[in-house]
Amino acid sequence: MKILVAVKRVIDYNVQVRVKEDGTGVVTDNVKMSTNPPDDNAVEEAVKIKESGKAKEIVAVTVGEEKAQETVRKALAVGADRGIHIKVDGIVEPLAVSKILQKIVEKEKPDLVFMGKQAIDDDCNQTGQMLSALLNWPQATFASKIEIKENKLEVIREVDEGLETIEVNMPAVVTCDLRLNEPRYASLPNIMKAKKKPIEQMNASDLGVDTKPRIQQIKVEEPPKRKAGIKVANVAELVQKLKNEAKVI
Amino acid sequence: MPREAMEYDVVIIGGGPSGLSTAIKLKQLDKNLNVCLIEKASEIGAHILSGNVFETRALDELIPNWKELNSPIKTKVSKEKFLFLGKNKSLSWPTWLLPSVQKNHNNYIISLANLCRWFGEQAEALGVEIFPGFSASEIIYHENGVVKGIATQDMGIDKTGNKKDNFEPGIELHGKITVFAEGCRGHLGKQLIKKFELDKGKDPQQYGIGFKEIWEINEKNHEEGMVMHTAGWPLDNNTYGGSFMYHAENKQIFLGYVIGLDYSNPHLSPFDEFQRFKTHPEIKKVIEGGKRISYGARALIEGGLQSLPKMFMPGALLIGCDAGTLNMPKIKGSHTAMKSGMIAAETIIESLKENKDLSIYEEKFKKSWVYEELHKARNVKPSFSWGLILGIIFTGIDQILFRGKLPFTLKHKHADHETLKPASEMPKINYPKPDNVITFDKTSSVYLTGTNHAENQPVHLQLKDSNLPIHYTLEKFDEPAQRYCPVGVYEIQIENNNPKFVINSQNCIHCKTCDIKEPSQNITWVTPEGGGGPKYGNM
Repeated sequence: MKILVAVKRVIDYNVQVRVKEDGTGVVTDNVKMSTNPPDDNAVEEAVKIKESGKAKEIVAVTVGEEKAQETVRKALAVGADRGIHIKVDGIVEPLAVSKILQKIVEKEKPDLVFMGKQAIDDDCNQTGQMLSALLNWPQATFASKIEIKENKLEVIREVDEGLETIEVNMPAVVTCDLRLNEPRYASLPNIMKAKKKPIEQMNASDLGVDTKPRIQQIKVEEPPKRKAGIKVANVAELVQKLKNEAKVI
Repeated sequence: MPREAMEYDVVIIGGGPSGLSTAIKLKQLDKNLNVCLIEKASEIGAHILSGNVFETRALDELIPNWKELNSPIKTKVSKEKFLFLGKNKSLSWPTWLLPSVQKNHNNYIISLANLCRWFGEQAEALGVEIFPGFSASEIIYHENGVVKGIATQDMGIDKTGNKKDNFEPGIELHGKITVFAEGCRGHLGKQLIKKFELDKGKDPQQYGIGFKEIWEINEKNHEEGMVMHTAGWPLDNNTYGGSFMYHAENKQIFLGYVIGLDYSNPHLSPFDEFQRFKTHPEIKKVIEGGKRISYGARALIEGGLQSLPKMFMPGALLIGCDAGTLNMPKIKGSHTAMKSGMIAAETIIESLKENKDLSIYEEKFKKSWVYEELHKARNVKPSFSWGLILGIIFTGIDQILFRGKLPFTLKHKHADHETLKPASEMPKINYPKPDNVITFDKTSSVYLTGTNHAENQPVHLQLKDSNLPIHYTLEKFDEPAQRYCPVGVYEIQIENNNPKFVINSQNCIHCKTCDIKEPSQNITWVTPEGGGGPKYGNM
C-alpha cells in the first residue's frame, strides 16, 4: 500500500498574526513558519501504518513557494520515503491545491491520501473534500482514529455531537484531527538522513493546473478588540447588568 | 542504555554571531572538515535579540563581498543623537563631544536575528550541518577529563521525569574540538568556567538586562538611519543603564532599554522602568500613533576584559558572549563575538593540522583588534559604580583625552547577585499602571514573543532549595524574581493565607536574568526541550 500525505507551510501557531496596514492580507515577513499542525498528525499516522507493515511507501507532497520544501523535509525526517514539491508563488486556493493533488494522485496512484483537516492560516477546511470529489473517492474527514481492515477503513470522526464511526472503501481521502495521535520528534540522525532523500520539484503549470485565484479578497481586518471585563459585587448586580445592560436575559 | 553518538571534527553549540562565524570560517579554511552546529531555537535567529547598530569590521574580514550577497544589512546610520533625560526635560549632548567609540556613522542598523539567519544560509551553503530545535543539555568528557562533545536533551519526558509515548532519546555529538557559543550566561559555559576554573584571578562577571520592542510608527515621525541613545530618567544616579532608539527600514523603530544587573534596590522592576521610560515626551512623541509589534528581553554580558575568563580548555573553546567579549562603551558585541569565533576557527585548524595546543587561542586573541578594543574599553563600566555623573566625567577623561590608555585598570568588585540591599532598607517604587497604548503589562508582552514550551515537561528553572524563595528571598528581598523576570515567570501567590512561590516556566524567554540575579544563586536555568522558547522575528 502507498500513502500520499499532503503538508502545508503556514505561520507557526505560536506567532501572533498581524494584519497588514493596507488590509491586503497578513504579515508573513520576519515570521516563523512551520508545518500546519494537523498535517503533522497526518504524517504521523501514515508512518505508524507503515511501521505496522500495512504500507510500503509514504510520499509527502506540498504546494507552495520555494521554502515550502521545508515541510516536506520535515515529513521525510519522521519517516516519509520521498517528497514532491509543486512550486507556486502567491495565494493558492483550496480548489487549485485539490486539482494539483488530483494530478499527483493520477501519477502516483496511492491507496490513501492523508492531510490535516484544515490549515490554521485560512481555516478553509475544503481541500480534502474537494479532492475526494475530483477523484470520485470516498472521504473520511476529521479522523481521530483510523483502522485498516483489508480494503476498507474504519474511521472515527470528531463531529459536533460526539464521535461518529464510519467505514469507507479504499482508495480514500482522509483528513486528520489533532486528536488522531501525538506526532513524534524528528531525531537528529533522521534529520540528517532526510537531507539525502529525494524531493521531486515541478511547477503547477507543468501539471496543466491553472492556480489563478477564483476568490477576490476585498479586505482583511483584525477582529474587534474585546472590552475589558468588570467585577460585580454580587449575584443581584450580575442579574441586573445582564438584564439591563447586556440585555441577554 | 548507551546513547547513539555522531562523530564530527568540530561541534559548535549555538547559532549566534560567534558560533556561525566559527562555522563559516572553518569551512572557508578547510572545506573537508565535518562541522556541525546545534541551536536550541526552533530555527536560527529565533532566540536572537539585539539592538542592533552593527559595525562591519569582522564581517568585512569574514565575507568581504557581503554587499553582493543580499545580506540583511541595508540601513546605514545617517544621524545620531544622545540625550540626557530628566523627568520632563532633555538635554542633547553634542555628538562631537561623544567619545569616538560611540560614533556610529559607518555602521548599520540591522536585525541581528535576520543577520544570523543569513549567516545560517551561508554556513549551510558551505556544507555546515545545522540542526535547529536541539538543546545541548550536557557536556561529555573523555576519561582523562578532556571535553569530548555534548549530549542533546531527551525529548518527550513528562513533568515527573517519565517517558511519554513520543520519547526520543538525546544523542551525543562528539567533536575533536567542541566550541561553546551559547551567548550570555550559557548554561554549559557556566559549568565549564567552574570545572576548569577559567575565571581564576578574574573580576566577577557583570551583566545587564536588555529589553527591546519593535514599533511600526507614523511616517512623519520616522527618520530611517537615525540612532538615538539616552541616559538618565527614569533611572536614578546610582543605577546603570540607558536606552536606544534605532530607526530601521519599513517605518519600524527598534526601541530598547538596558539596565545593569548590579542594581541594589530589590523593589526595582527593570521591565517597568522600560515601560515608564516610553512615557517621556521625547520618546512618546515618536511612538505615539504607532503600534508595538514585537517584544523581547535578554541578559547581556558587560564585564569586559577584567572579567573575561580564559577561553580555551582541553578539547574546547568558549567564545563570544558565552565568554564575554562585548564592548560596553561601544554598546556592541556582535562584531567582537564574530571575531572571537573567527579566531577560534583559525585556532582549530592549526590545532588539528599541526597538533598545536588550544592555548594558542589566547595568543591569537591578544594580537587581534578585539583585544585592543576591549583593552581601551575596560575602565568605562567599572567607573559607573560611582554613579552616573562621576561615571560620565571619568569616561570623558578616559575615552576622549586618553583614548582608553590610562595606566591603570579599575576592578569590578561584586557579582550582580551580591548587590541587592534588604527590601526594608530600600524605597518602594510605585510604577504607573500600563495604558495599553504606550505602556503594557508583562502578560500582553510575552504574548508578542511567540513563546511556547511543549506542555508536560520537567520545569527547566530549577531551585537548589525549594524553601528558600519563601523563607529567605521573600522575607529579606521581597522576592525580586517577581520583578526582574521580564515576562512574569515568577509569582508569589497567596494560598490559604500562605505565600507560595510559582514558576510559570512555559513563559520563559531564555534571557537568563534569574540565573544571574537571584541573591543566593538558588535558581539554575537549564535547557528545556529543543524548539521551545521565544520565536523572535526581526529582533
